[in-house]
Amino acid sequence: MNDIHLTILFAGVIAGAAPVLLATIGETITEKAGIINLSLDGSILLSAMTAFVVAYETGSLLMGFVCAALVGGLIAAVVAVFSVYLNQSQVAVGFVLTLMARDLAYFLGNPYTRLQGPYVSRHPIPFLHDIPFLGEVFFNHTSPVYFSLLLIGLCWWYMYRTPQGLKLRSVGENPKACFARGINPRGIQMLYAVCGGLFVGLAGATFSLCTKPGWGRPQGAEGTGWIALALVIFGGWHPVRAAIGAYLFAFLQVIGIYFQGWLPSVPAQVFQVAPFPLMIFTLLLINFFQKESVLNWAEGKAWMKSVLEVFSGTMPMALGRPYKPD
Amino acid sequence: MEIFIRYSREFILTLIVVFAFTTLILLLAGAPPLAAYYQIFKGSLGSWMKLGHVIRVWIPLTLCSCGLLYTFRINLWNIGVEGQVMMGAVFTTFVLRFGMDGHMPLMYLCAAFVAGIAGGAIWALIAGYLKTKGGIHEIFAGLGLNFVAQAIILWLIFGPWKRSGIASMSGTELLPRELWLPYVSHIRLSPVGLTLVAIAIVVTALMLRYTKTGLYLRAIGSNLNAAHMFDLDPRIYMLIAMIFAGGFAGLAGSIQVTGVYHRLLPAISSNYGYLALLVVMLSNYNVWVSPAVAFFFACLNVGSIQLPMMLQLDSSLSGVIQGALVLAALAVHAWRMRSKLLEEQADYE
Repeated sequence: MNDIHLTILFAGVIAGAAPVLLATIGETITEKAGIINLSLDGSILLSAMTAFVVAYETGSLLMGFVCAALVGGLIAAVVAVFSVYLNQSQVAVGFVLTLMARDLAYFLGNPYTRLQGPYVSRHPIPFLHDIPFLGEVFFNHTSPVYFSLLLIGLCWWYMYRTPQGLKLRSVGENPKACFARGINPRGIQMLYAVCGGLFVGLAGATFSLCTKPGWGRPQGAEGTGWIALALVIFGGWHPVRAAIGAYLFAFLQVIGIYFQGWLPSVPAQVFQVAPFPLMIFTLLLINFFQKESVLNWAEGKAWMKSVLEVFSGTMPMALGRPYKPD
Repeated sequence: MEIFIRYSREFILTLIVVFAFTTLILLLAGAPPLAAYYQIFKGSLGSWMKLGHVIRVWIPLTLCSCGLLYTFRINLWNIGVEGQVMMGAVFTTFVLRFGMDGHMPLMYLCAAFVAGIAGGAIWALIAGYLKTKGGIHEIFAGLGLNFVAQAIILWLIFGPWKRSGIASMSGTELLPRELWLPYVSHIRLSPVGLTLVAIAIVVTALMLRYTKTGLYLRAIGSNLNAAHMFDLDPRIYMLIAMIFAGGFAGLAGSIQVTGVYHRLLPAISSNYGYLALLVVMLSNYNVWVSPAVAFFFACLNVGSIQLPMMLQLDSSLSGVIQGALVLAALAVHAWRMRSKLLEEQADYE
């Protein structure tokens, strides 16, 4: 594999990871505040459909992205209201919304199937994109891809370096204590659930207007939502590690395309499901490395401990159990 | 009586909300709502043939719902039921392939059903072990296994079990007639399938209500931390619940192969597993209500097949209505609980 191939490979990874990355970061924000939005798979499809249809009808890409974000935010708001104010199981509501949003996307998007619509074109960043190798990999992309790159840092900074971020994290850890400190846990949970949902919506728009332009049944984004949910766990609820996970996933996807060329006898559908056994395996690995017996065994072995630290990461304590006033 | 009135009020309110929502969606899609409802009704209950089709959908849906009742009792989200149906179908087809010459069909059919149940149960057990030993949430384990099961079916259809000539999405070679479940010719409905569903409902009701296993499942489900005080190992009961759920789902897969399609298809499970999760939620985890809800859902599914032909609408409308029903029911129920709580508080003060 020569230099040109590597450039294309890495540029493909950065571009291909953008939607998964947006969804993963969005879900990380939501879960950090203690709400699980299980509806990601459906949300992404519905917002992808919305983005394509709106952009197709109005001719404005920006409107497409805005409407898609609003759809994502709305679905997240439904999950949050059911959980925070109506005391219903987040998993149940999220699962129902997964199926419903998907079917709604197929139903409403039906007349727009396989139409040639608008899509985001590349914007090489002046000067920066002339840097050899790096320029091609990082600075010759579409605007949603740049946004996804910026979002990693932005999200980390907001979560770990601002007072608002501290509030966000503390509500996810212990809403009761927050209430005692004069913070309104319900308001914060609603806010960040919707906030995460907006990014999930943008992920959908990035699919249908950028990564896999167009709408159809299947669109090609099916299953990504579940991968994003698993990546949040892989990332240990930390935005930067979740982003690394998203890039790893995109890398494997690109590699998979190469493999497909080498093994033409295996049907393409088999390759499409390869991420899922991998997801199970990764989660298994993470759990294994967090077992007490393994941790005890690693005690005193410096290099082993540093390996384990990579896999450590704790769930927000109050995840899935929102604040209930007495 | 008062409870009955309150429940029917909740029921009617849910229906009104869903009706309004669906009508709105139909208007948004630029479709005539009344015509769409009429098509769904005519397409599901319009003739004996259609009713036969509805019941053919109702059978696997109810079997999956019965299985899910076990896992929901112990608070497990057995999302993998979809893959369990598929593996039941795969194991069934595997056994039947030995009897393709049509000798001793009864023996092969019996063996195939046992294999189907075992296939579903094994797939469920894998998810169960990943949960109890591996610490993976059952949603991720089950979902991942669903995709794996789908890949296995595709690989079999395009690879080792491909039809002589060309492999295609239409599935494997048709089974010989001797290996089809006997059916009533006019409505193409198998009495064997119906009998098995009836048995499944009764067995589930008895198991959950009158056996110790049923009691333990519920006890662990309602308080996981208290289980060890009664010397119960939650992990064992989780696996037991998974075996039941997988077994029933596998049986559904067997019936799909022997009684409906007579071959293995990529879409053999037809999303009935996922749909069954909604059925059980909407029936509020009740054994006797589930079959009724399943029947209604089957009507929606079959009726909406007409929509693309008659009104150029996508058939996924049924999924939208089903999802809206569950959400509305949850909301109405939660709202009532909330207002009841507020009333009690007001009385107290």
